[in-house]
Amino acid sequence: MTALTELSLCAMREGLGRGDFSARELVAAHLAAIEAARELNAFITETPDLALAAADAADAALARGEAGPLAGIPLGIKDLFCTEGVRTTAASRILADFRPPYESGVTARLKAAGAAFVGKLNLDEFAMGSSNETSAFGPVVSPWRARGSNAPLVPGGSSGGSAAAVAARLVAGATGTDTGGSIRQPAAFTGICGIKPTYGRCSRYGIVAFASSLDQAGPMARTVADCALLLEAMAGHDPRDATSLEEPVPAWSQLLSGDIRGRRIGVPREYRLEGMSADLDALWQAGAAWLRDAGAEIVDISLPHTMEALPTYYILAPAEASSNLARYDGVRFGLRVMPECGSLADMYCATRAAGFGAEVKRRIMLGTYVLSAGYYDAYYLKAQKVRALIMRDFETAFGTCDLILTPSAPTAAFALGGKVSDPIAMYLNDVFTVPASLAGLPAMSVPAGLDPQGLPLGLQVIGRPLDELGVLDAARAIERAAGFAAAPARWWGAA
Amino acid sequence: MSTGAIIEGRTGPWEMVLGLEVHAQVISKSKLFSGAATAFGAEPNAQVSFVDAAFPGMLPVLNGECVRQAVRTGLALGCTINRWSRFDRKNYFYADLPAGYQISQYQHPVVGEGALEIALEDGSTRTVGIERIHLEQDAGKSIHDLNPELSYVDLNRAGVALMEIVSKPDMRSPEEAGAYVATLRAILRAIGACDGNMQEGSLRADVNVSVRRPGAPFGTRCEIKNVNSIRFIQQAVAFEARRQVAILETGGTIHQETRLFDPDRGETRSLRSKEDAHDYRYFPDPDLLPLELSEAFIEECRASLPELPAARRMRYEAELGLSPYLARLLTADMEQSVWFEALLAETAARQGRPAREVAEKAANWMTGELFGALNRLGLGIGQSPVSPAQAAALLAMVADGTLSGPLARQVFELMLETGEDPAAIAEARGLKQVSDTGALEAAIAEVLAAHAAKVAEYRAGKDKLFGFFVGQVMKATGGRANPALVNTLLRQALG
Amino acid sequence: MAVDEETIRRIARLARLELGEAEVARLADEASKILEWVEVLGRVETAGIEPVSAVIPKPHRWRADEVTDGGLGEALLANAPARAHGFFAVPKVIE
Repeated sequence: MTALTELSLCAMREGLGRGDFSARELVAAHLAAIEAARELNAFITETPDLALAAADAADAALARGEAGPLAGIPLGIKDLFCTEGVRTTAASRILADFRPPYESGVTARLKAAGAAFVGKLNLDEFAMGSSNETSAFGPVVSPWRARGSNAPLVPGGSSGGSAAAVAARLVAGATGTDTGGSIRQPAAFTGICGIKPTYGRCSRYGIVAFASSLDQAGPMARTVADCALLLEAMAGHDPRDATSLEEPVPAWSQLLSGDIRGRRIGVPREYRLEGMSADLDALWQAGAAWLRDAGAEIVDISLPHTMEALPTYYILAPAEASSNLARYDGVRFGLRVMPECGSLADMYCATRAAGFGAEVKRRIMLGTYVLSAGYYDAYYLKAQKVRALIMRDFETAFGTCDLILTPSAPTAAFALGGKVSDPIAMYLNDVFTVPASLAGLPAMSVPAGLDPQGLPLGLQVIGRPLDELGVLDAARAIERAAGFAAAPARWWGAA
Repeated sequence: MSTGAIIEGRTGPWEMVLGLEVHAQVISKSKLFSGAATAFGAEPNAQVSFVDAAFPGMLPVLNGECVRQAVRTGLALGCTINRWSRFDRKNYFYADLPAGYQISQYQHPVVGEGALEIALEDGSTRTVGIERIHLEQDAGKSIHDLNPELSYVDLNRAGVALMEIVSKPDMRSPEEAGAYVATLRAILRAIGACDGNMQEGSLRADVNVSVRRPGAPFGTRCEIKNVNSIRFIQQAVAFEARRQVAILETGGTIHQETRLFDPDRGETRSLRSKEDAHDYRYFPDPDLLPLELSEAFIEECRASLPELPAARRMRYEAELGLSPYLARLLTADMEQSVWFEALLAETAARQGRPAREVAEKAANWMTGELFGALNRLGLGIGQSPVSPAQAAALLAMVADGTLSGPLARQVFELMLETGEDPAAIAEARGLKQVSDTGALEAAIAEVLAAHAAKVAEYRAGKDKLFGFFVGQVMKATGGRANPALVNTLLRQALG
Repeated sequence: MAVDEETIRRIARLARLELGEAEVARLADEASKILEWVEVLGRVETAGIEPVSAVIPKPHRWRADEVTDGGLGEALLANAPARAHGFFAVPKVIE
């Protein structure tokens, strides 16, 4: 049965369609893998019963010939998506017992497509983090290890549980959310694919909000084609989200060709950071060469405000977060801590102090500060203006190129605990992913190779607004050329 | 230019300066950002959506009707309509503010400057500037008196759409403040944007009060929050201005603060701000897009406006020939105005005469007889026991001589009591004016026969006795005799 | 920009976060470093630049004025830490 978990999502779909195996068999195989992989701590909540029920429903639908595009496919759901009746925690103590009475827009679409949700995946608390170490449910351990080392590594974040589960073959695919790189950076760290679509492609309805103008859901899976199929099911207009785009969803899974002949690929010179490792630089150049060989034209481009993107992000995202997280006050849902003889204000302060972890508090404080009287213009307004410049940079660049190629992250996965004491060092993880987030552009990380320690490195493709197809095609071309076949050696679950 | 009430202080005259922020609940079926109902008086928390209760992942979606009503109100007040406006978050914690922020329009309101003309008792008019009108959410309600240790939170009102109509500090007396609110209320009701029900809180005002020496720069103002009747507004203003004068005259200074009006004591008191000053950290709501209005939409709003009180008042003067006094009286209140329009139409139709010819009599009757009776009975025009059609029938009976003035008054009293039609009452009670020459001649003959001595005196030249005979005839006919006819016949009989 | 502990306490109060003394000191230090790090934005010329107001511009589609929600009953209150008689219950608020 183990072999079933090794299949790509598309291959599982084909196998189910042919009747090579049943959805129940497929889901059961994954449930077994999940059970054996608890030391990765990828899941906050496992839902085996619901998964099997969905599998049975899928088998029935397959038998009737009415199966949805994802019938019986075992998926993991980042625990930031509200799932009706199933505990949704955002990896926070403040929501540790929250059972949403509603289903998020994205997961509702996936369910409607027939997917079997095997559980809720661990993440950084409220998606704030780049290593999945801020979770109130403990860190996720990457299935990857450096060559010749047993030291635990981070899977990246904030969609660390999603990345680890996909890489460790616990699920066929997973949902992620990406605010400043939370899909792409963990995808790069764990050798899988992940795409953040254009802002507004996927409904934010029912996704616990971190920074509303940046949050965007997307799929994580082991192949570009798997991502295309998942994204197609996740995307689409939702009238319950005012920022949701009213654009038709292309049939990406069918349109995906990997054909990039004649496309102009921009390589932004500002992304060549001082002190960038030679391996990463070499991989980036290799990526450009692969695309050139596939018929694309490589052009040098400039994105002048690249270095300002991260500081801009670390003003805007905490500002929005400080307001978005004000609703966790212990009144209508979630944790309440009531000091003896305390007032309402005392209850708020105690509840939030006990309910939020250090990183969340840090960002709430920072966001509250930059919005407070006297600082708004200098920080928030300034940042929104610089954001406009960053968007303009991309617009200008897309005058001379069709897609942009960059590394996904400045390093490979680092050791668990390696950066927790230095917030800024941690924030620098997102240096390559944040600009596209600020501009709302579709961007994807695709695994391209291993570093000398045997750890995955990813390349990022950024496209014009709504050009997910271009992004997927370029990623497919890289995938094909890179021939990335590495998988983490299974060290967990050894009895 | 000032018609304001001057406060004669110990040290000389003072002038009050008043500005009002009127919060008007927009008439809409559902809330500003959710599909929950807005009706008054539902069971606690029965009209609450997860959006209103700010559950995780819930997003606001704008109700277009509320925008339409705000724009119509702006147009009715001659305001500029901002083609581009925006929703901001006003951040503060309170038990009845579920999200921890109120969605409002801080920097870019949908409606800009305009003006409202108000008429005062003495017949003069003043113009009060409108600063802006913006849309915002109402908060929920905390109930403090049901439990000794707990406050209860009802979110039925949370998210209901309010328009905040902000005046310029252009008012100088309680009378002006009262007239401003009354006029504004009439307009809001006339256009159907707000029901103006102050008891249910559909219309309430924050009143800004400062005092100064006449002609001097503005003084420091205090804001009296949430005053919910015109009378209270006037009382609060009068008290607050006197309070401030007393402080200033004893060498004190006014501190800008928020105060509450206590209707039982007729005074304002400080709403002690706790240790922390307000810092609302306004910023644009990233869940909502900017509000952009097309010319076509604005024109549609304009075309949907009914005749407004000011225009109607001018029409009454110009076309109906009513005095400015009557015209103002009849247009100050929408319901009264509608009643008068109905009365006028019925009266003109019944008497087969143009409206202009019957308008003054109808207006006089309505403002005199009807208003007097309703006042006495403590009823509003909406509860009048007499309908416009019945009133028109009554006026027609006067016009055709069926009823004399005194008889009409008697019939009207019975109409108020019974709600019956005037013709039926007159018939049943024999209250018709006697214009039958034969019957009157008989009565006159009887009177003259009974007072032969007086007849002789009259004929001898004592002319003053004519009134005596008229009185006797009226008495003999139970007051129903047509006085003009009695005069004529009596003169004939007395030769 | 250095942030002192007094400011941290004021901001924590605004954000309704109870902080221990050690946390205050640590946050003052971290916030100072982060704000110093974002100072770089001050050097960006933004004269005449409109701040971003919509990431991906699209028309603001309005909802029709229809009652489509509410009446949630138990679903609304089920997650509440304290409730009574159909209300959410909180410590007494003295006005």
